[in-house]
Amino acid sequence: MLDSVIFYFFAGIAVGSAALMVTRRNAVHSAIFLITTLLATAGIFLQLRAEFLFIVQIILYVGGIMVLFIFVIMLVNLDVALHQIKFARQKWVALIVALVLSAQVGLMFWSSGKGVGQIWPGLNAAPANRLPPNAETVAKSLFSEYLLPFEIASVLLLVAMIGAVVMAKKRA
Amino acid sequence: MLPIGHYLFLSLALFILGVIGVITRRNVIVVLMSIELILNAVNINLVAFSRLYGDVAGQVFALFIIADAAAEAAVGLGIIIAFFRNRETVLADEMDLLKW
Repeated sequence: MLDSVIFYFFAGIAVGSAALMVTRRNAVHSAIFLITTLLATAGIFLQLRAEFLFIVQIILYVGGIMVLFIFVIMLVNLDVALHQIKFARQKWVALIVALVLSAQVGLMFWSSGKGVGQIWPGLNAAPANRLPPNAETVAKSLFSEYLLPFEIASVLLLVAMIGAVVMAKKRA
Repeated sequence: MLPIGHYLFLSLALFILGVIGVITRRNVIVVLMSIELILNAVNINLVAFSRLYGDVAGQVFALFIIADAAAEAAVGLGIIIAFFRNRETVLADEMDLLKW
């Protein structure tokens, strides 16, 4: 009961502010609504007992990436963009793509022949505390089983950092 | 934990909103933010299945996706700044240097 109250609270916030993010004219408002969506998603992570990811989501996504976005929005000139039309002329393409995606998922649910939550066997039984202390488990898995992907991810971040510096540098 | 379908539907809704944003918006910064929204929707799926099967691998992959999102945002915003310096615009349909 409490679980579903928490879930629907955060899910409502997430979907509502995602819709607002896509439709607002001002890019700063879009960024603020995206931050709200990301925070609500962090709440859902917490409801799923993924505490480490909850913290990472808040610190890295909201505190890092979104600050970068807002910084760039402030850097480029917004006043010009505000007085122009907001959407490109691709509404129908967007509508068709959204419908096709929904139809795919609908087909998946329909072909399973059962309601929401009964697609896979045994999904309704909530596993009772099968994930012990979360940060510890994630760290163990990250530094043993997934050590190579972890190192590759750090190389990727280094490359991205160099790329961003080169790209944003003033031409000599 | 609620039945998994709830999480899948939430993820689907966020994903479709992100796709609509990518296709329709003209401001490239908002397009990048919509891509972040899509990655975030994928993360919800991964964490939900991680919880369902009691396996922490899903959360590890969600971490990798967050790292990817950071790299993508840094490079994308660098490109936007470089482009804005040259053409004084952030609108997608005015970026037509390769079009003839």
